[in-house]
Order: sequence, then C-alpha cells, then structure tokens
Amino acid sequence: MAEHGQHSVQHAAAGEFDNMELVHPKTFLGKYVWSQDAKVIAIQYGVTAIAIGLVALVLSILMRLQLGFPNTFSLIDPASYLQYVTMHGMIMVVYLLTALFLGAFGNYLIPLMCGARDMAFPYLNMLSYWFYLAAVLILMASFFVPGGATGAGWTLYPPQAISPGTPGIDGGILLMFASLSVFIAGFTMGGLNYVVTVLQARTRGMTLMRLPLTIWGIFMATVMALLAFPALLVAILMMLCDMLLGTSFFMPEMLNLGEPSAHEGGSPLLYQHLFWFFGHPEVYIVALPAFGIVSDILATHARKNIFGYRMMVWAIIIIAVLSFVVWAHHMFISGMNPYFGFLFATTTLIIAVPTAIKVYNWVLTLWRGNIRMTVPMLFAIGFIFTFVNGGLSGLFLGNVTVDVPLADTYFVVGHFHMVMAVAPVLVVFGAIYHWYPKITGRMLDDTLGKIHFWVTFLGTYAIFYPMHFMGFAGVPRRYYGYGETSYIPDSMQALNAFMSVAAIIVALVQLVFFYNLVRSYFHGREAGPNPWQATTLEWQTEHTPPRHGNFGAELPVVYRWAYDYGVPGAKHDFLPQNMPPEAVEADDTVPGRRS
Amino acid sequence: MASNEPNVSSPRQGAPGFIHDWSAERRVFNVPWGKAMMWLFILSDVFIFACFLVGYMVLRMSTVEPWPDASEVFALTIAGQSIPLLLIAIMTFILISSSGTMALAVKYGYANDRRKTAVLLLITALLGASFVGMQAFEWAILIGEGVRPWENPWGAAQFGAVFFLITGFHGTHVTIGVIFIVIMAVKVMRGSLDGQRPGFLTGRKGNYGMVESLGLYWHFVDLVWVFIFAFFYLW
Ligand code: HEM
Ligand SMILES: [Cu+2]
Repeated sequence: MAEHGQHSVQHAAAGEFDNMELVHPKTFLGKYVWSQDAKVIAIQYGVTAIAIGLVALVLSILMRLQLGFPNTFSLIDPASYLQYVTMHGMIMVVYLLTALFLGAFGNYLIPLMCGARDMAFPYLNMLSYWFYLAAVLILMASFFVPGGATGAGWTLYPPQAISPGTPGIDGGILLMFASLSVFIAGFTMGGLNYVVTVLQARTRGMTLMRLPLTIWGIFMATVMALLAFPALLVAILMMLCDMLLGTSFFMPEMLNLGEPSAHEGGSPLLYQHLFWFFGHPEVYIVALPAFGIVSDILATHARKNIFGYRMMVWAIIIIAVLSFVVWAHHMFISGMNPYFGFLFATTTLIIAVPTAIKVYNWVLTLWRGNIRMTVPMLFAIGFIFTFVNGGLSGLFLGNVTVDVPLADTYFVVGHFHMVMAVAPVLVVFGAIYHWYPKITGRMLDDTLGKIHFWVTFLGTYAIFYPMHFMGFAGVPRRYYGYGETSYIPDSMQALNAFMSVAAIIVALVQLVFFYNLVRSYFHGREAGPNPWQATTLEWQTEHTPPRHGNFGAELPVVYRWAYDYGVPGAKHDFLPQNMPPEAVEADDTVPGRRS
Repeated sequence: MASNEPNVSSPRQGAPGFIHDWSAERRVFNVPWGKAMMWLFILSDVFIFACFLVGYMVLRMSTVEPWPDASEVFALTIAGQSIPLLLIAIMTFILISSSGTMALAVKYGYANDRRKTAVLLLITALLGASFVGMQAFEWAILIGEGVRPWENPWGAAQFGAVFFLITGFHGTHVTIGVIFIVIMAVKVMRGSLDGQRPGFLTGRKGNYGMVESLGLYWHFVDLVWVFIFAFFYLW
C-alpha cells in the first residue's frame, strides 16, 4: 500500500447522502417490518434464509435416513426421495447461501464497511426483501400442491423436468419456476443496490483499494449474479412455454411412457448450456463472499495484515471473469465436440491458479501471526481445510477423461458438498460469531461455539469424505436405493449407515448454535464497540448496535487500508481505518473505542 | 442532481483518467446514483436479451425443418401488392424517432423547461404506444395466417415460439417504458421535479436526472429492437 498512512487522495464532490433524507419511521411496523434500514433488512434476509435452510437440512436428514437404513421409513418412497434431493439442492444453493451472503451479509456490511449511511436505494432494498420472502413462500407452497414439489433435480433438466413420470409435474415445477422468477426479480433490486453503493457511495478517503476484502467478495459476487441470473430466467421462461403453450424450445420429439410427446425439434442441450451459464457462476457467487469474509476474519484474529492484498483483489476479479467461460465442464458427458471439452477443461484448470493464490495467501497470513484461537478463527481455518479438499477433487472432475467415469457418482456429491456446501457454511458460521457482537451488542458463548465448531467440522468430514470412495466404487447419485447391484460392494451399506449417523449428529449440534444465539442475546457478555479490536469501519460506530444512519453526525473519514495490524511504531496493535496519521504516534486515544 | 453538484470531472484524459476515476475515493463514476443504477440494470438486461437471441440462433441453426422466409411471412399486402417488411419498417422508424423525442425531453429537462419536457415525453409515450399497437396488429396477422407458438404453416415449429416469446418480451419492455414515461410526464407537469418533491413510494427527491435515467432505458429498448429486427426480419 503506497498511500499507506497518509490521506493523499483528492476529495471528490459531496456525496448524495449529504442531501438525502433517510426515512425514519416512528411505528413498530415501520421500524421492524417495512423497514428501509439496510441493517433491519439484513436481519430479515438472514432469519428467512436460515429458516428455509433448516427445511433443506431436514430434507437432507430424511434422505440420509433412507440411504443409511433403506426401507425402514415408510414415509420415504422413491418419488419423495427425488423431491427431497431437488428441494434440498435448490434451497441450499439459491435460497440459503445466495440470499444469506448477498442479502444478509451484503446488506449489513456494505454500508457499514464502506462508510455509508444506508444503501443507495433504501426503498428498492426493502422491496427486494419482500420479493425474496414471496419467493420462499411460493417455494414452500409447492410441497402442498397435488403431486407435491418437483423431483427434477436442482438442475431441472428438460425433458424429464416437465415430462410425465417425474414427481411434481402438475404444480410443483410451476411453483418452482414462479418462485425462481420472483427470486431473480427481487435479487436484481437488491443487487443493483449493493453494486451502486460500493461503487458510488463510499465515504471520504475510502478508495476501492482500501476496501476490506469482505466487500470485494460480496461486490464481485453481486456483479456476477446480475449477469448470471438472466440466463436462468430465460431458461425458465422457455421451459414454461414448453410446458404451458406446447412450444418446443427444449423438448425433442420422443416417446414418453410409451406415448409420443406433443413436441418436436427442441434442444435439451440448449437448456443445459443456459442453465450452467448460470449454474457455474452461481458456485462462485457463493464462494467469493466466503473468500472475502475469511480473509477479514483471518487477518483480524491473527493480528496481521492480509498477505498480498492486491493479489487477493485481482484473484477475486480474475476468478469472477473466468467463471463465465467454464460452464460446459458440467456437460462433459452430455455429448459435445471433443475440442470443446478440451477448451473447457483448460479454462477450468486455469481457475485453479488464482484460487490457489488465495489459499497460499491465507496460509501466509497465518504464518507467524499472533493467532487468537477464537471461534470465528476456528471456522475460518476449518474453511481453508475443507475448501482445499473440495478444490483438489475439483481438479479430478475438471479433466474430461477423469470426469467421464466419475460424473453422476457420489464422487461429485462429495466434491461439491466440500467445496460449495460445507466450506461456505463454515464461513457463514464464522461470520455470525464474528459480527454477532456488533449486531446485538453481546458476545456469543465461547464454549458452546467451540463445541459447535468441532462437531460440525469433524462431522461434515465424516459425512462427505467417504462419498469420494463411494464414487470411485461407482455408486450413482440421486438414487433412492441400490437393491442388489452387483458392482456395489456390501461394505457400502455400512459406510452409508455411518454417514447417516454423522449427519444426524451434525444436524443436532446446530441446536447448540441456535441455543447460543438466543441465550447470548439476553445473557451474553457485553461486547462493547470493538471486541475483536478490528480496524474496519463497522467496529468504529458510535453506537453498538449501530442506529439507523450507521454513524454519528459525521461520516467517518478513512486514512488507511483495512489491515493495519501490528504496525511497527504504533502504540496499539491495530489502527482503525478512520484513525488520522497524526493520532498514530501522538496520543493513545483510539477513535471509536470509547469505554 | 447535476444542478446542485459541483462539476468534478476527471483531471486527466484517456487511460490515466480512467485509472484515476477507478482509484478515487467515494465514487468511481461522476454520475448520480440513479444513472449508475440504470446502466447496471441495462447491463443485466443485455444478458437477458443476449440469452434469448443466442437461444434463437441455436434453435434456428439446429432445426432440420426449413425456416419460414422472412420476406414472405412479414409482407403486407396493399392494393393487391405484397410489400415485404413494410409494417416492420414503419414500426422501426417510429421507435427510433421516439428515441429522438426522448433525447430532446432530457435536454429541455436540464434546461428546466417544464412544458417542452412534458410534451416531448408525451410524444415519446405516444410513439411507444403506437409501436406496441402495431406489434399487436402484426401478431394478429400472423395468428390469422395460422402461426402458433407450437406450429406454423411454413416450416420449423420453433419459428412461432421464438418469435412470440422474444418480440413479446421486448414489447413488454416497451409497454413498461410507456407507463413510466407517462408517469414521469405527469410528474414534470406538476412540477415535482423542479420542487424536488419526494416520490410517493420511494421518498427520493425529484430531479431531472430521473428523466435522463428513464431516457437511458428507453434508448436501450430501442437499441435492442434493432438487434431483434436484424435477427428476425433480415436473416
Ligand atoms: C448436513 C448437511 C448436508 C447433508 C447431510 C446433505 C446431504 C445430501 C444428500 C444425501 C444429497 C443427495 C445425494 C443424492 O442422492 O444424489 C444431497 C444433494 C445435494 N446437496 Fe446436500 N447435504 C447437506 C448440505 C448441503 C449444503 C449446505 C448445500 C449447499 C450448497 C448442499 C447442496 C446440495 C446439492 C446442490 C445437491 C444436489 C441436488 C441434486 O442432485 O439435484 N447440501 N445433499
Ligand atoms: Cu462449474
């Protein structure tokens, strides 16, 4: 950081906040329900996302019960298993993780960390949440319509997604389409807000290259989402027409359960291209915010600046760009020109380079740091392990020849759970432990947190690690049961039972986490404004929790990057971003740290 | 916004100016928030239309049936003479003209000429509405000739599907634009923008930057039409 420590940047024009009035409602409804305050919207997003995430968790336990103890539970039949797979996958990816990282963490952290009073368009921001809620409710309704939720798999591939024989083709799939469309509309409103706020509404002195990496991650993920969701929307609209109007965008001429279908000449491959043009970036939409948040947690709790900040920013940008040109690695077995396979394998493997850089930088940040083994730190380190694991199995699947035998086996299930399920969820937990003190003013309990961490971390390994071996043995994914399949050894059943028990334990230990959340809200230790002694602006607010408008009468002025930990010559081991250079040696008042 | 903001243009031109802007504090672009948001929205919308058009190309190139001949399908018969592309030429001309009136409305808006702005906005809305009307007329003709989303008398079934879906989606954009332009015209006439009156829903203070942002949307919708026109009527 060349401009380190001094405030050399020219001041731009007065921001629009200076002549904008925030809506300060008086009533309870206005404050907590129809709120336009990004922090309240963030909590609304977070609570809704976690609630629906619990539904997805229950579904995964139901699946695991069937897999571990086949035919013991009469509730689960082959059709409902497919519905569970589909809803579990879709909810986890879109309605839990995307909404949580962008809607909840984005809303809470972007204005605070950029030094803004609120999002640029508070009203639109509020609408975004209500659209999201509607999308969630529509999705839930699909469990209750005749025929139940759709069982097409979260990829919703045609023709089967809308052909007789697939569960939920009456109402379930329609509600899935409706819900996703509403989600996309709502997300667009929020996403425009996040991007404009980061680009246009930062406080004085906050240059792009002084932004905390959390913001960089959320920002790039939002940009990607704004460009990736359109492909999904188009695919949905076309499939909707195929279903309701009898068009043939995706539907070929075929025999269906012995009956000729009413379609001709559609291209199922076109759908796959559109879907994965969304689907692959979606993986990084979930991953980039996690990358950013982990970087900040590591630096704060290791009392050390993040290693290679510029490299980290560029890696995020390069990953975001590259992830738009790798989508067909999900289609190696769908039938494509071998040269295309080669091309997409190459781009896929190239992404490993910036990703590896990030991992090295995280590890180097820890190197010789003054590591505090707090709960957020544990989760962040857990993330590194899990992510490296999932990344390595990704290298297998990125190569066409290795992917062909492994595709659609449990190796894939193990891979993506490691890399995009467990790893980001660990970050979600870490982030909640990290920012809960700012959101509520109280600390979460440490012992409960450590129990939560160790059981979750080791438990997820117990669930998902064996899946890789099952994949090598050829166990296919999305199967309700295997019966007497000659090539699947009997030992797989024992393994399955073991994984299911682990899954139940992991699910149960989440109760400890929720207990901790509720108990600490009332009885937790007072946190004070800056319990982790962090540098970023959200810890320097006048009030904890921050009020509407975030900062006091004056917006903070930023003089340095977000990673001034252990600066030689400074009195304290951290310099908040808004500490003027004069204050560094002069006296010992640290701004934002009133006692 | 432009009226009450000091003009802080980038001190340097070309690449150094670009770098200066991007590494500046507070804001990257010297534009009001509303305009930045509209650009972003348009970018996202570009991806929607791009996906539609790419889908159309894929379907058209992969079908084994013949594709209906545009110059016959879209011909208008006047006085016993079949004139290809007549209706669509008129529609395109109208839509492009409406971009011109929109641009003028923005110009007079910044000049604080309320009356001219409102009138120009209304003309734009009228042109837009007549575009939609003619599109409905064209749909009616095609439907009368037996074109359906699932079949048509001349060849590949996908013709009707992509045609109705894509022109319908674009027509929806135009319709939404017309509605917002009418609302904006009313706001201008009532003086809400000069008086910086807060919006009914959003509470944002009125200003003529809003007309410009709306204008951006409108020009975008017109530009997309040029692509749709080229791909459907000239290919
Ligand atoms: C305790 C946690 C979890 C357990 C026990 C679990 C278990 C499972 C199981 C058993 C399947 C079905 C495998 C099959 O039959 O093919 C599955 C599929 C899936 N899971 Fe999870 N899962 C968990 C968490 C997550 C999370 C957090 C995500 C978020 C990304 C996620 C995303 C998916 C996806 C995308 C699928 C694929 C759905 C499909 O094939 O259509 N899972 N999971
Ligand atoms: Cu991918």
